[in-house]
Amino acid sequence: MGIELLVNLSYVAAAVLFIFGLKMLGSPATARKGNLVSAVGMFIAVVITLLDQSIIDYKWIAVGIVAGGVVGAVIARSVAMTSMPEMVAMFNGFGGIASLLVGWAALYGFEANAFEMITIALSILIGGVTFTGSMIAYGKLSEKMPGRPLVFAGQRVFNILLILAIIASTVMFVLNPEQHLYLYLVVGLSALLGIMLVIPIGGADMPVVISLLNSYSGLAACAAGFAINNIILIVAGALVGASGIILTQIMCKAMNRSLSNVLFSGFTKVAAGGGMAKIEGEAKAMSAEDAYYVLEAASSVVIVPGYGMAVAQAQHVVKELQEILEKNGAEVVYAIHPVAGRMPGHMNVLLAEADVSYDLLLEMDAVNPRMDTFDVAIVIGANDVVNPAAREMEGSPIYGMPVINVDMARNVFVMKRSMASGFAGIDNPLFFKENTRMLFGDAKEMLGNIIKAFA
Amino acid sequence: MEIVFLAFILMLSIFLGFELINKVPATLHTPLMSGSNAISGITLVGALTSAGAEHTVLATVLGTIAVAMATINVIGGYMVTDRMLAMFKKG
Repeated sequence: MGIELLVNLSYVAAAVLFIFGLKMLGSPATARKGNLVSAVGMFIAVVITLLDQSIIDYKWIAVGIVAGGVVGAVIARSVAMTSMPEMVAMFNGFGGIASLLVGWAALYGFEANAFEMITIALSILIGGVTFTGSMIAYGKLSEKMPGRPLVFAGQRVFNILLILAIIASTVMFVLNPEQHLYLYLVVGLSALLGIMLVIPIGGADMPVVISLLNSYSGLAACAAGFAINNIILIVAGALVGASGIILTQIMCKAMNRSLSNVLFSGFTKVAAGGGMAKIEGEAKAMSAEDAYYVLEAASSVVIVPGYGMAVAQAQHVVKELQEILEKNGAEVVYAIHPVAGRMPGHMNVLLAEADVSYDLLLEMDAVNPRMDTFDVAIVIGANDVVNPAAREMEGSPIYGMPVINVDMARNVFVMKRSMASGFAGIDNPLFFKENTRMLFGDAKEMLGNIIKAFA
Repeated sequence: MEIVFLAFILMLSIFLGFELINKVPATLHTPLMSGSNAISGITLVGALTSAGAEHTVLATVLGTIAVAMATINVIGGYMVTDRMLAMFKKG
């Protein structure tokens, strides 16, 4: 009893540390300490668990911890900031499979009652979906597989049948814990469901998916907590689950779409685009040198980064340009759309890597009201998030989505590789506006040329 | 009764999670994500018991893999979050 009480009290302490850690993540000034506080909570929880009397042999635990620790540390140290989305997706997946395995292994420890069987089934289910879903997201984000939505005829029917099969095999599994066939069915079918849920989702919608998978990884841990009667798993899992759900909501709101629209619109893509006015006009190209003349005279500049900045690895050159402009007496700020990039906060991390002060990174709602006061808005590899069609073209697929109104600035420079439409495949009337100039080419190179002109 | 007790904890934790995360500014969303991902590696605690309890060979194998996977999640998650947060500076 003594040890059990100690273990559980330590879990309470760990939960408190997790909560304080998350609270401190609420401000950039305390965030790093908050992460450390949460890590201490984790350390306490793990060490105290090792005192558990049911643990007889430490050999395999040591093997697992050393192997996982080395792999985790190597990945964490070597990953490039631009690859952060796929790394988070991969880690989500590992969390998912761990919960699946914990649920599975719980079958052998003790006689599970009906409620425990249900929670074991749930942790296998959620864990499986999280694992394969995250692996597909990883594949798409790292471009190891095509990022566009993968759809085939009868997909919807197939998915409905799949879900029915999962429900049936879960019920059979709970009723017949001894029959391993049903267990394998639940494992296999949930893995298949994870794949089916993520393949129809396109690259631009990844911030939503990755947030949702984040939430699932927490819920899987939570379910595993119920399965093995462990309170700290339930508490920590629920905290993560809630966090993922909030991020999902924020992302959906930023795209003016419902979650179900994001998850299932891949199936109905063809329907969009009807009744849309054709956008016509001529985009006016501009050289780096001409851009320099305008920037040289500008007293306020807003930079709007998008996924293209990440692809071109242009964040350091952007910072260089910022410094030059500031030296020239201009005010420079950054406007960041919530869904710019491939995961929530993606642009902020890249700019932080380039040493851009975080108080210069403004949210969309802070910049839009004063957009007309900026002499120049520089759009770097962003497209849909600055598309004025969202504001002024009823019938456009993105109509109603909140965007950064760069077209209201006095001059707009758009750095872009070509005239191709954005990931959403929607034409952008911004390129044809009177005050817009296009700088075609690689963002990093283009910025470099402008910087050279200043020298 | 035990179930009700656990359900209560679950419900309160979810509400607490909503309150906490709602206050995180957009600029920290990526570290928040990788940091909370590290917390979801708490499943490691469950994996430890499975790997060390010597119930059956299969349970030990499952438990050991789970320990390794969850440790990647925990160590990798906290380290990468720290790496990111170290870069957030006020100029």
